[in-house]
Amino acid sequence: MPQTINLTVNGAPTQVTVERDDVPLLAVLRNALGLVGTRFGCGLEQCGCCTVLIDGAAEKSCTRPIGAVAGKSVVTVEGLGTPEKPHPLQQAFLDEQAGQCGYCLSGILVSAKALLDKNPSPTRSEIAQALDGNICRCGSHNRILRAVAKAAARMRAEARP
Amino acid sequence: MSAGALTGALAEHPALAQWVAFPAPGKVTIYTGKVEIGQGVLTAMRQLAAEELDVAPERITIESGDTARTPNEGFTAGSQSMQFGGVALRQACAEVRARFLALLAERLACKAGELSIKNGSFQRNGKPTRQDYWTLAPSVDLKQKATGTAPRKPVSSYAVVGTDAARLDLPAKVFGEPAFIHDMVVDAMLHARAVRQPRRGVSVKAIDEAAIKKAARGPIDVVRHGNFVAIVGADETVVEAAAVAAETAVTWNDVEPLNPQQQEAAWLLQRPSIDRTVGAPEPAATGTSYEASFSRGHLAHASIAPSCALAEFNDGHLTVWTHAQGVFPLRASLAQSLGLAPAQITVRHVQGPGCYGHNGADDVAADAAIIATRMPGKPIRVRWRREEEFAFEPFAPAQVVKVRATLDASGKPVDWTAEIWSGTHSARPGSGHLLAAEALPNPPAPLPHADVPDGAGGGATRNATPLYDIAAKRIVQHLIPETPVRTSALRGLGATPNVFAIECFLDELAERAGQDPVAYRLSILSDPRARGVIEHVAHMAAWKPGLPSGTGRGRGIGFARYKDRAAYAAVVVELEADETIRLLKMWCATDAGLVINPDGAINQLEGGMIQAASWVLKEQVRLDREGVISRDWETYPVLRFSEVPEIEVELVKSDSDVPLGAGEASGGPTAAAIGNAVSHALGVRVRDMPLTRERLMATLLKT
Repeated sequence: MPQTINLTVNGAPTQVTVERDDVPLLAVLRNALGLVGTRFGCGLEQCGCCTVLIDGAAEKSCTRPIGAVAGKSVVTVEGLGTPEKPHPLQQAFLDEQAGQCGYCLSGILVSAKALLDKNPSPTRSEIAQALDGNICRCGSHNRILRAVAKAAARMRAEARP
Repeated sequence: MSAGALTGALAEHPALAQWVAFPAPGKVTIYTGKVEIGQGVLTAMRQLAAEELDVAPERITIESGDTARTPNEGFTAGSQSMQFGGVALRQACAEVRARFLALLAERLACKAGELSIKNGSFQRNGKPTRQDYWTLAPSVDLKQKATGTAPRKPVSSYAVVGTDAARLDLPAKVFGEPAFIHDMVVDAMLHARAVRQPRRGVSVKAIDEAAIKKAARGPIDVVRHGNFVAIVGADETVVEAAAVAAETAVTWNDVEPLNPQQQEAAWLLQRPSIDRTVGAPEPAATGTSYEASFSRGHLAHASIAPSCALAEFNDGHLTVWTHAQGVFPLRASLAQSLGLAPAQITVRHVQGPGCYGHNGADDVAADAAIIATRMPGKPIRVRWRREEEFAFEPFAPAQVVKVRATLDASGKPVDWTAEIWSGTHSARPGSGHLLAAEALPNPPAPLPHADVPDGAGGGATRNATPLYDIAAKRIVQHLIPETPVRTSALRGLGATPNVFAIECFLDELAERAGQDPVAYRLSILSDPRARGVIEHVAHMAAWKPGLPSGTGRGRGIGFARYKDRAAYAAVVVELEADETIRLLKMWCATDAGLVINPDGAINQLEGGMIQAASWVLKEQVRLDREGVISRDWETYPVLRFSEVPEIEVELVKSDSDVPLGAGEASGGPTAAAIGNAVSHALGVRVRDMPLTRERLMATLLKT
């Protein structure tokens, strides 16, 4: 039986019709809504490529049933910023050239956003711990850690009155 | 390079139009057979072309890896993209530039030396001529062949090459735009998954289609061609559910159990082998000999995303979109497998997840191509499941390296033998079959058992001969034809286990001679560039001789010149070790000759170090009777963020105008530096990778 599910995606009220309510959120984002920024990595909640914010918390979307996010607010990497108006994290990742293949970056940016929302001045080790649920296989870790620290510093500077 | 010689693929594709075009005013297109696999190659190619043509990089677009449009440059592999592909493109651009300058000089009746180019516009003695590439392009026949005689710009005049140009592909990836083949959507596209044969060559016993359809909970088709079985449907979630069910709903005849012992490298020692010896004749035995045996297990590429491909078969023509490393070799293999002429197939590269060698990309393209030819007119997208990638990608072979050295009275080696046991390091298209091709009704005949030829840098023998000054060196290679899992190329090939063995053994010899590892190396190394990187990294790491071993804190060094002809790299690692290992800091000094994009090269070297650290500390493919059991990130763990140490990489300045491939240069030295640092920290040596807690405990208990 087709079902209609209401949720908020990147700030916009969104209605999706699904055949069944256990379709993964990731499949709905990518295949129904065309938001392909959230990437498929493993489908096992192990690699972090599919990380999104659900009501502000970084969560894996690959196994999360769409029915479980009804009424909730989902933010994907597309909701962070745009080339015209980048989020400080996105700008810092470009400044630090923090990536190689870049496949892991969507999930990492979202995990980093969740961290900075809670902790605006994280240490290197706190950033690393916050990103331990995200795998980077190319070895861009140090650049990514630098970029998150740089974004945090800029956000702190902007927040100062 | 002598005048008249054409570099790399320019020799096979000498027509300049195959490399450079001026499609519209102010626009340049360059064509390269090399492809972006996460290493930044296209950004560097654009820098090379911009430099040699004197056109702003922003005006240049790049076509890469397309059998219909670009030169055939084989595989993007082996750290050869800049050293050969880049040099070929640079030469083609120099030829183009020279043709235009010659034409304008003739028209203006002036000397070519009076002319210069500024962002594509031609100047005479520094004044505008009102001519540019685009006004002159109709008069220059780029179908002409390169002669290899055009002068190149002197390195001293470079303004674009040697700068940290930002990666062209990064913005799309940071803003979550469609950037990967996984993100491609074609009208009326169907999703598909293959049902893999549990062993190569086994036949279908039964297909419980009802069970598959029940699990799918939506419409799907089961496609069968010989022993190739696939699930196809419009909804990816439905297809995925069916594919999971098919793992048990499809049964197979005569599946031989594996022996879990086969996961260990030592298993290779008892196997039949194809043997050869290269290098110096057998030694006249004088002096004291020592030997030690080193090993590593099978490794997975473990790319962050499973492989993906799209294919469409229309009016007898097959189009395949792939993230494989070589579109032309893949086309040849597809043509052979499907009984099509190469001209009936177009293969186009689309970016995929980071690629470190022959992963599942070619095989998933074959899956899509087979299904597409069975369902003409329907675009087919196949994305492997994570478990499928881990279980069926071609693995890096397990390898055992036994090193024997005869020492002179001062403790320096005068005779050196590396004896190597390994499966092949190449089953790429051309050297091996596409996985699904073996399931088709008329599977291709087996190919001869061979490893990567020495001329291509060797496979198991890559970097097996130390660069040090040793009077007699030889390699004894035992190529094991039958391995429990399919093996092929992974970043560095045999260089990783070989450099690990050589450099760890050198530390053992230095210890016997009572010498510091850095001083000992320098005492037997005359190549100035090799000495340069070792001295440089020792300085970076503030290396001090004489630190006591067995304190729980250790540091080690490793060095190699990749393939004996690419970049030189030396690495120092500092760590803490007890029953576990904690990396504290890593340093690397590299001489990569002419560096096109220093930040890009550093990114690659840094990535190679982290990946090598992961191999050494954690990684091994696990087997049981059923097959590969390391099928996810829990059973095949890799280094995580909080385990990565701080890293400093420096490029040693070079006056050379020749780029030396760097992408794979840091892996072997890092593996060795970790091995040596662990030995220094613990006071005992662990010679088998990965250096897991179990191995460390076992070694510590023995002492």
